[in-house]
Amino acid sequence: MTALDVTAAGKAYGPVAALAGAHLSVPEGALVAVLGPSGCGKTTLLRCVAGLERLDAGEIRVAGALVAGPRVHLPAHRRRVALVPQEGALFPHLSVADNVGYGLDRAARRSGRVDEVLALVGLADHHRRMPHQLSGGQQQRVALARALAPRPPLILLDEPFSALDAGLRAELRQDVRAALRADGATAVLVTHDQGEALSLADHVVVMRGGTVVQDGAPADVYAAPADPWVARFVGDAMLLAGTVTGGRARTAAGEAPVVGAGAAGDPGAVTVLVRPEQLRLTPAGDTAPGGITGRVLRHDFHGHDSVTVVGLDDGTRVLSRRLNDGARDEPGTAVTLRIEGPVRAWAADAAR
Amino acid sequence: MALLPLVYLLVRTAEAGAGRIAEELFTGRVAVLTARTVALAAVVTAACVVLGVGTAFLVGRTDLPGRRLFAVLGALPLAVPTYIAAFTWVSTLDGFTGFWASAVVLSLCSYPYVYLPVVAALDRADAAQEDVARSLGHNPWRTFRSVTLPQLRPAVAGGALLVALYVLSDFGAVALLRTDTFTAAIFTAFDLGFDRTGALVLATVLVALTTVLLVGEGATRRRDARYAAVGAGARRPHTRLRLGPARLPAALLLAVVAALALGVPALNLARRLAAGVSRPGSLPEIAAAAGNSLTVSAAGAALTLLLALPIGLLVARAPGPLAAGAEGLSYLSHALPGVVIGLSLVFFGVNVAYPLYQTRWLLTLAYAVLFLPLAVAAVSAAVAQAPPVLEDVARSLGRSPARVLATVTVPLTVPGIAAGAALVFLTCMKELPATLLLRPTGMDTLATELWTHTGVAAYAAAAPYAALLVALSAIPTWFLAARTGALASQEGTR
Repeated sequence: MTALDVTAAGKAYGPVAALAGAHLSVPEGALVAVLGPSGCGKTTLLRCVAGLERLDAGEIRVAGALVAGPRVHLPAHRRRVALVPQEGALFPHLSVADNVGYGLDRAARRSGRVDEVLALVGLADHHRRMPHQLSGGQQQRVALARALAPRPPLILLDEPFSALDAGLRAELRQDVRAALRADGATAVLVTHDQGEALSLADHVVVMRGGTVVQDGAPADVYAAPADPWVARFVGDAMLLAGTVTGGRARTAAGEAPVVGAGAAGDPGAVTVLVRPEQLRLTPAGDTAPGGITGRVLRHDFHGHDSVTVVGLDDGTRVLSRRLNDGARDEPGTAVTLRIEGPVRAWAADAAR
Repeated sequence: MALLPLVYLLVRTAEAGAGRIAEELFTGRVAVLTARTVALAAVVTAACVVLGVGTAFLVGRTDLPGRRLFAVLGALPLAVPTYIAAFTWVSTLDGFTGFWASAVVLSLCSYPYVYLPVVAALDRADAAQEDVARSLGHNPWRTFRSVTLPQLRPAVAGGALLVALYVLSDFGAVALLRTDTFTAAIFTAFDLGFDRTGALVLATVLVALTTVLLVGEGATRRRDARYAAVGAGARRPHTRLRLGPARLPAALLLAVVAALALGVPALNLARRLAAGVSRPGSLPEIAAAAGNSLTVSAAGAALTLLLALPIGLLVARAPGPLAAGAEGLSYLSHALPGVVIGLSLVFFGVNVAYPLYQTRWLLTLAYAVLFLPLAVAAVSAAVAQAPPVLEDVARSLGRSPARVLATVTVPLTVPGIAAGAALVFLTCMKELPATLLLRPTGMDTLATELWTHTGVAAYAAAAPYAALLVALSAIPTWFLAARTGALASQEGTR
């Protein structure tokens, strides 16, 4: 059974359409990330699912039950969809335990469920604290525990990590995922951070302009983006002009086999996606076939990996990323480059 | 509802006919009154800007010795109602009356209106901007002038306008110090001759003057946005300026100001209190006045809050210009002189609602009209303590709107609303002119007893009332100082 089904959801604020026929399906027990730039409608979608906004068109089902649709609008408190907002929004006048117990009835509060979820988020001994005595990360953990406590069929996380600093964020992300898994909860995470979406979710839904443009496992969205815009949005991407003949793409940076929709297309002008980690550099003088020569323009060291910027003879600049092996490409060095693995291609007029 | 008496005032004034109005308006006396009132407002405002900004800078940005004490002392003069300050001065120095006497007393009482917002603005000003200016080679003084001062301008302008509005509406001090301004003249015209049209015309001119100031105030506030800090980021403490050899003289200067503003009233009251209390028959009289003050003020506060609750909720939750104007409302309470409200309600009572005239109800209504803006501001600030996202979360956890109201919204807003109610209550107790005009014959409150005794130079008899009133007014002053951060911010920085 699916925990959430959104069908052709539409919502407009005056002349601005925030949602224009968005579809979303979340299987029970999954963690789905809704990814998109600001203004893509992801927050509106979340608020419509929570029942805080009224849908103009389409319908929403939570655990099979219709909660929003034509002439149906179940109020927020009857939907059993728990919310974890951006800054946690703990009730400032209640202790940690009372915050977590807020959505529970009296019997459930005594059943030890509060301790259970607090232990899940790693705050077993913080019952009596007040929200202002907690750090930002701890507040988010309590907010998650509060959402988990009543065992709702669906939890909505609205950019819950965006207010935290980078180190804390990575740690909290994994803890949040672990807590959701351990409790068997189903969750939708709304974010504009592609790294967060790809590393955390079982399933990524990319939104743009109020509609879903792609929907798939993180690795598939990264490797096989639906269009050049998605390719660029989910990671570093070089979009090179080229041609396709006989299932092989030819670009200024070399040749590679084409997979997916572009492979069968007309032999003509295409836009080819090459990820920086697909571009291999070897010292100049490598005479194996298919090599393209270029000159190192810059070498950016990032610690765990490094990116080399190479200028090709025709003026194109390309990026090559590799795990840090201690080698340095000095600017000015001549190199040979080669594309590794298959690439994606789209008809040139589809590129933006 | 709040505007009802004002509308009535205008209608009645218009009824008098253009000829009669012109006759009353274009007289030498009105010209003199206008000149004197405007001059007094200008002098007091200038003095308050100097005192307020100076004190705020010394307390907030220098290594002044005893600055925590001075931070509190800077706010305290608000606890002394001007008519009490005037009473203590006139009973200390014989013949301390006239324009300059009023200017001194009003300046000493109202400079906190400038000091409090400026000290808060100094605290809010982005320390990083000042650090940047210093790192670019500006010395501390130039940094203050070029970076800090522009950020203070809205606070200074807002405070100065409050002072000016306050001077225009002040009645007690100028009347006791025999300075004929509009408020005093209106009261005299009404009280002595029952010169209805004269009083009405003067009141209308006063309202026009305050309107001019309010428009000016609105214009300065619209420009505020420019000075808002850009971006977030953690706040860091400000670098304090070393005063060097000027430390002790600066502290001495502030001590003298505090002594004049607080020491004179305190010493005088202490000296006369014993004599006042031991006067035969004084205790029952004091008790009766205190009882009247309490009941009328409680009724006034209750009615005010009842009216303010729906408006405050609407203002806080409805986005747009209404919410933006919420803060402006607190200014409005200073813009409606008690004399004018009192006078218009007298006419309203006599001609429209006669059964109310000479009852406590009309006085209660006057308090509600006068202090509604104050209460609305308090309610909307309290509601802002419970951001809507908390209600969203509570509903998402399966709680019905009624439960959410009871378990989240009310617990978060009640303390603020209660504080607002207390503030209105205590402000009612201090109110003088409207009480004088509207109290039923024979009913005396603390404020009116003080007025009566001082009027006949019975200073000892007046002292207990003054002392009680000061004690009561100290409480809302403390609230105000705590809320503006004048007290808290000084504890946070060293």
